[in-house]
Amino acid sequence: MKEHPGQEIQNKKRDFLKFILFGSATAWLASVIYPILAYLKPPKQAEVVVKSVKAGKISDFAKDTGTIIKFGSKPVLLIRNSSGEFKAFSATCTHLDCTVQYRNDFGLIWCACHNGKYDLNGRNVSGPPPRPLDAYNVTLQGDDILIHKS
Amino acid sequence: MNKIFTGVYHWMDDRFHLADAVDFMKKKYVPVHRHSIWYYFGGVSLFLFIIQVFTGILLLMYYKSGEEQAFESIHFIMSKVQFGWLIRSIHSWAANLFILAAMIHMFSVYFERAYRKPRELTWLTGMVMLLLAMGFGFSGYLLPWNELAFFATKVGTDIAGVLPIIGEPILQFLRGGEDVTGATLSRFFGLHVAVLPAIFTVFLSIHLLFVQMQGMSTPMHMQHLKEDEIKKMPFFPNFLLRDLLLWLIVLNVLAILAVYFPWELGKKADPFMSAPAGIKPEWYFLFMFQTLKFIPGHVLFIDGELFGILMFGLGGLLWMLVPFWDRKSTEGKKNKIVNYFGLFIVMFIITLTVIGWLS
Repeated sequence: MKEHPGQEIQNKKRDFLKFILFGSATAWLASVIYPILAYLKPPKQAEVVVKSVKAGKISDFAKDTGTIIKFGSKPVLLIRNSSGEFKAFSATCTHLDCTVQYRNDFGLIWCACHNGKYDLNGRNVSGPPPRPLDAYNVTLQGDDILIHKS
Repeated sequence: MNKIFTGVYHWMDDRFHLADAVDFMKKKYVPVHRHSIWYYFGGVSLFLFIIQVFTGILLLMYYKSGEEQAFESIHFIMSKVQFGWLIRSIHSWAANLFILAAMIHMFSVYFERAYRKPRELTWLTGMVMLLLAMGFGFSGYLLPWNELAFFATKVGTDIAGVLPIIGEPILQFLRGGEDVTGATLSRFFGLHVAVLPAIFTVFLSIHLLFVQMQGMSTPMHMQHLKEDEIKKMPFFPNFLLRDLLLWLIVLNVLAILAVYFPWELGKKADPFMSAPAGIKPEWYFLFMFQTLKFIPGHVLFIDGELFGILMFGLGGLLWMLVPFWDRKSTEGKKNKIVNYFGLFIVMFIITLTVIGWLS
């Protein structure tokens, strides 16, 4: 059926109105949703960048023990092995973010959440962890123990 | 008394045509057969949800959110507020029983094929509610800010973060930052007491509306029977009274559990402590938790945890969409795949839960 020329103009007008209507509805929706999403995204907070911390004195740490040290907002595991040597690793399990501990009965670093195990070099040796623990450097300054980011 | 009641009824009926609703109720029947018992679990879930709303509101009167106050306020509720220990214990126990009742309801609907046409959307709204219930469980678990909750939340939110592309924004959204902190507690509190209840109420209303509109499902083996050959019982008052009796029994069980096995508070969370040995999530997350323990660091070329999550996602999706892939049941034919898949899931959940429980 051939359309009446007036009808064609009508249709064009209608299409234009539809475009304006849906366009403005979308724009309106975006102008509502965007601020909400942006609001929900937590702002980056200026964190004091910690490069090193003083963990304590050598005598504070018995041999064959592990201690969680506050490194800025992150936990670090400081281990003093049976020969008296110090090592430090990020205490955050690479599997699902739990905090690991030193188990002197296993001679390993262990995560209680999913039974992940790391050796004393931080390498994942058993269980679900996919990566080794990040290592930190430990230096001794007189009697003080300093932990730095590698 | 009766006169007053009749008077009020007539006054209301004059304005809102209550007679229509009463007529509708009179026409509602519940089929009677050897599997009728399963009809009650939806009602039990509803009852436990109502208890959660009431006890939740009571807890809100004293609970304070925040890293420095949450644990202390629950301790205050449990030690200083009269019957505070009871209200909190009931809230914790009812949460668990609610998920249990909802799961029994879901499995019975699944094995009875009650999800088949025309009840596909009733099933879907029910599944959404179960997921929301788990969200309630997960968010509520953190609110006392104790050691177990802290690590459970770290693990749970980190699981979401493992997903490619959308994982990181979801993790940030849930935690309110990089780590689980007081910001996470505020968000979970908001989700637990405002967002989830609002969404849940909408789905619950739709679910109940569908059940009212379509009536109870009759089992497959009764499908060939004619309308007058099916044994039925009126919903009002017969079935409703039985429902209420069961609710009373559930309330008693709940009271016994809450009084004789009061819910522990545990130790306050400390972000600079190692996760304690023997850490476990709530029983309904235990099978997933145990599976994650068994999956090695890498499966094929992807991280083990991502592999686990994808498998659970896929299994859950298949389960949720059963009314749409099981066409045979709608046609009244037997579909053994549904049984095998269902039994596999049930066995998988039970086995891993038991292993998780014992280990």
